[in-house]
Amino acid sequence: MTGIRLETQDLCRSFGALAAVQGIDFKLAAGARHALIGPNGAGKTTFINLLTGVLKPTRGRVLLGGRDITSAAQAERVKFGIARTFQINRLFRGLSVLENVCMAVAERAGMAGSMFYPAGRRTDVIGEAMGLLQMLKLADTARHRVSELPYGRQRLIELAIAIALKPEVLLLDEPAAGVPSAESHIILDAIERLPEHIAVLIIEHDMDVVFRFAKRVTVMVSGAVFVEGTPREIEADPQVREVYLGQAGPAAPRAAHG
Amino acid sequence: MNFAADFAGILLGGLAAGTVLFIVSVGLSVTMGLMGFVNLAHGAFAMFGGYLIVLAMNRAHFGFATAIALGFVGTAALSVLLERTLYRRLYRAGELDQVLFTIGLIFIFIAAIVIVVGPESQTLQLPPALSGQLNLGLVSYRTYSIFLIVVGFLIALGIWLTFERTRIGGQIRATVDNRRMAESLGIDVDRLFTITFAFGSGMAGIGGGLGAEFLGLDPQYPLKYLVYFLIVVSVGGLGSVIGVYYASLLLGVLDFVLTLYLPKGGTIFIYAITILILLARPQGLFGRKES
Amino acid sequence: MSVAASSGDAASVAAASENSAALMLMRRHRFRWWEALPWIAGIALYLAFPDYLGFGCDLLVTILFALSLDLALGYAGIITLGHAAFFGAGAYTVGMLASYNLWTEPITSLLMAAAVAAAIGFLSGLVLLRTTGLTFLMLTICTMALLEQAANMAYPYTGGFDGLPSLPIAPVFGIFEFNPLYANTQYLFALGVLFVCFVFVRILVYSPFGQSLTGIRENVLRMHAIGSPVRRRLIVCYSISAALAGIAGGLWAQTTAYVNLSALGLDRAATVLIVLILGGYGRLYGAFVGAVVYLALEHFLAQIYPTAWQLGLGLLLVLIALFARNGILGLGETLWRRYVARRGAS
Repeated sequence: MTGIRLETQDLCRSFGALAAVQGIDFKLAAGARHALIGPNGAGKTTFINLLTGVLKPTRGRVLLGGRDITSAAQAERVKFGIARTFQINRLFRGLSVLENVCMAVAERAGMAGSMFYPAGRRTDVIGEAMGLLQMLKLADTARHRVSELPYGRQRLIELAIAIALKPEVLLLDEPAAGVPSAESHIILDAIERLPEHIAVLIIEHDMDVVFRFAKRVTVMVSGAVFVEGTPREIEADPQVREVYLGQAGPAAPRAAHG
Repeated sequence: MNFAADFAGILLGGLAAGTVLFIVSVGLSVTMGLMGFVNLAHGAFAMFGGYLIVLAMNRAHFGFATAIALGFVGTAALSVLLERTLYRRLYRAGELDQVLFTIGLIFIFIAAIVIVVGPESQTLQLPPALSGQLNLGLVSYRTYSIFLIVVGFLIALGIWLTFERTRIGGQIRATVDNRRMAESLGIDVDRLFTITFAFGSGMAGIGGGLGAEFLGLDPQYPLKYLVYFLIVVSVGGLGSVIGVYYASLLLGVLDFVLTLYLPKGGTIFIYAITILILLARPQGLFGRKES
Repeated sequence: MSVAASSGDAASVAAASENSAALMLMRRHRFRWWEALPWIAGIALYLAFPDYLGFGCDLLVTILFALSLDLALGYAGIITLGHAAFFGAGAYTVGMLASYNLWTEPITSLLMAAAVAAAIGFLSGLVLLRTTGLTFLMLTICTMALLEQAANMAYPYTGGFDGLPSLPIAPVFGIFEFNPLYANTQYLFALGVLFVCFVFVRILVYSPFGQSLTGIRENVLRMHAIGSPVRRRLIVCYSISAALAGIAGGLWAQTTAYVNLSALGLDRAATVLIVLILGGYGRLYGAFVGAVVYLALEHFLAQIYPTAWQLGLGLLLVLIALFARNGILGLGETLWRRYVARRGAS
């Protein structure tokens, strides 16, 4: 599948006087591996919220596979093929890992609203969820409650749910955020093994991850696109360094090599 | 001429009843706006204070002003005790737990009053200065009702000025508006809440005593008026003094009129209006919209 | 290496059938032996305590009412203090049809009660479920109060505060008569109705729809993010819950041969909430446990020491809110888990 899967045209969102996102024209092709970086407060998560329908834009359009989804609700957009993970986990903490993923598979399969037979009879749904867990090496935690698991594993479940929705476009909001470095490779491995046809946009701060994973990078500053290019181009760009220079510490992109 | 007198009489009666509702409910509005805690037991504090005042006057022969002061302080003290020991544990709890807890408190209060005082309703002995009639030109009306209306207005004004002009008032408004931001600005939200809760409960206690004639004072008080208290704070808007003042006066007049002319089921209009207002503006008339 | 599992893939299903978590999900809906106990107890009550059948009817009606609330509150997380609106709607439907001799056949009367209550549930849910939290709670209370005052206002038809006494109810299946002095037929009829309704609720709870309600309760934001039509599910759930509450109300009218404004009062709504929380919400049998414990205690204590009963109930609620929010069944579950863990460790 080729072609532009996700597109925004002059996408804007203001909160009163604050212009969080300004006039963004963005294109994401099938099979893309695209990173979105920028200093804190640049509007990256707001942008994702606009793409997924959590926020409505003050101006502009969002197009998924050519279809205008700007006025569609969040749940509708998921049905059209766009899924996301959240920066802070949104899981069913009291339910088991398997139940979490089954919930997503059932919705995608369109049978989550059926009332008159037991959910347990749908072995295909359960089987698919188990297969996904195995692929992500989560199978041995399947029966544990999410709240009992370490944070890294929970982050992985967040990813599993998004994958279970079989989206055409996958938006990952800092997938490794908050995960101890000893565990983060699990998540990065999983991202690397995502199906090739999916268009993936990942918000990241860690340039290691960007280098490993992205073919194109967009830098966002103060709600607008600052510059776009390959990881190498971005890393070498003196203007990008300047934009980050004012922010010390974790917000600055760390180069993979000295 | 007769109609005008009747009308004025009804209006004043309703305003007096509404004023009582306001004095009791203002504390509830502010504390719910501040902490988002669903305190259904607020009426129980009003009842407690009311009993303190009435018993102080009737049995211990305290003066009117002294009894009122006792009612305020006593109720405030009790509320601080309960807040520090019990309420505090449920701030992070869900709405359901808060509802359950406060319903449980209501039952405890009711039972305690029945055991200690008895099931009969109590009446407030008015001091001679406040009894009798006052001639307002057009109509001669009960001094006490006019006293209540004036006092209620002054209380509303006083609280509103406190909110607008003093530092603590500013802190309260800021915390009602955005608690997290207020905390990050260094406002001691816990202490603020205890103070506000104490003051609000004390106010409720005074309202319970002063309003004994309009709302009655018997062990069933917290349950009888629970829905009305909730209506005036949610329609007025949580945390808004102006909102709860207007809503209380409006409800007082409406209830008075409807109970008079349509004793069977007349209050249906109160509920209908409340539903319409809350559907159109879930945050209440003067409440702030959830961001 | 990277292809996601396709649905129904044989290897995955085989793998699933070996995994304990998956097996648990696949078998969850199967009947366990102890699920027959409540019904055995119900019949035992009939045989062993023929003088308590009036109390028994009260018990069965309360269980059904609490069960209906559990569907909305326990499973979908809809926190309402206005469920008596539907109870009362059902009660008055049955009551007025019977009182004016328009329709007295018990089974079809209950179906009509369910329909009326479901309609009110659907319309109010459509409008109210746009709101959440305190606003929603207030709206449910006000809707219920609105209906109560409407019934009061229509006192020429509804009997107002005094209600409609001595309702004539036709015999069940044309054979079994309702005798006002001996509640035998009433009790068995109520037991039968409860059984049918319970089976229905049980199927619903274990269905994919029921599972999605749990998801909505646990994390509604996540449900939106996986494409779930949350509002539609909530309205359907609320309507079904209302229908069941309506059946409970109708049953109450039939077994007591009486209906009055108390069917629509805040008191009734608060009591059913307490009953459900006491037993444990979000669990199929919470309604059963809660109703038995609450009504037994009330029956024996409230008549002798009414004030002590109220004090005790208040203390119980405070303790539950602070320490045992999942009620008796939740407490039981926690203790069982600790016991199992300790056994496993030794």
